[in-house]
Amino acid sequence: MGKVVVVTSGKGGVGKTTSTAALGAAVAKTGKKVALVDFDVGLRNLDLIMGAERRVVFDLVNVIQGSAKLSQALIRDKRLETLYLLPASQTRDKDALTEEGVAEVIARLRSVFDYVFCDSPAGIERGAQLAMRFADEAVIVTNPEVSSVRDSDRIIGLLDARTMKAEQGELVQKHVLVTRYDAARAARGEMLSIDDVLEILSTPLLGIIPESQDVLRASNLGSPVTLSEPLNGAAKAYLEAARRLEGEDLPVVVPFERKGFLDRLLGRRAA
Amino acid sequence: MSILDLFKRRTSAPVARERLQLLLAYERQSRGQPDLVSILREEIMAVIAKHVQIDQDYLQVSMDRGATMSTLEIDIQIPNKGAAPLAMAG
Repeated sequence: MGKVVVVTSGKGGVGKTTSTAALGAAVAKTGKKVALVDFDVGLRNLDLIMGAERRVVFDLVNVIQGSAKLSQALIRDKRLETLYLLPASQTRDKDALTEEGVAEVIARLRSVFDYVFCDSPAGIERGAQLAMRFADEAVIVTNPEVSSVRDSDRIIGLLDARTMKAEQGELVQKHVLVTRYDAARAARGEMLSIDDVLEILSTPLLGIIPESQDVLRASNLGSPVTLSEPLNGAAKAYLEAARRLEGEDLPVVVPFERKGFLDRLLGRRAA
Repeated sequence: MSILDLFKRRTSAPVARERLQLLLAYERQSRGQPDLVSILREEIMAVIAKHVQIDQDYLQVSMDRGATMSTLEIDIQIPNKGAAPLAMAG
């Protein structure tokens, strides 16, 4: 039985899709069979980030409505043979997803794959709730910024109330993944620190992804950053986060920026 | 105040942390409970409607949350034409 991991955040634009691609590819690299499922019906983007946009024929909604087989809709990655993508539909509306349909697709994926990553749409509505519904674990993608942290807190509340596990009296295992972290700004006290975020959300940390141009470049090229530039900072952070997700006890090192001469002179202090 | 203080910039992260902590403490408490303001609005409306005919739009209920105390603001506009006959009847 594979593990179902939802990648969620509440707020849009914090890096859910990028993180789904990067973490999924990182886990698939270790030889595990991984399926990435795009739940953002109407606004699919995981196919683009994965560089598979021209290979989409059938999608999640086709499978749920019975017009395509699951095996027809799954796209195998050209770089990693253990990595698959189930794209979202681009045209149909969100109501095309039914809970029973999602349940069946997830159950079938779970029986074939070691990991099923569900890329959630933004928001807290039906689409986001269906993406998290059958999850065993959750990666909550958070930027060190007030609105993102607040939305993450809302999502944590939903994970504890609206998931199948929660309704059965169990808990979805939750992890916070801080993305777009700027060590220099945090050191100057201009950005919430990792300690602030963790204290507020009181949820364990999966990793810290530094703000990096490599991530944008990887998206431009249609390749998860963990595949295209595995030695770069952001990719390394994702690779380590993936190892933690698989249960490895790997300490998180907070990126550290030495104070510059000007900072000392101007007496800027960290929080 | 020394001249150096002029160059010191107050950092904003601690402010962000405090605001979030305050807000989330409230939001977590009220999570899962029905919206207090809309309940109050409905019940106040029902009470007033017993005596005065007013439109939904003339009743404003808002809550301003503070750290130790919150303020409930109720603004009711009663049009004179609706009020007179009912007041006499009551």
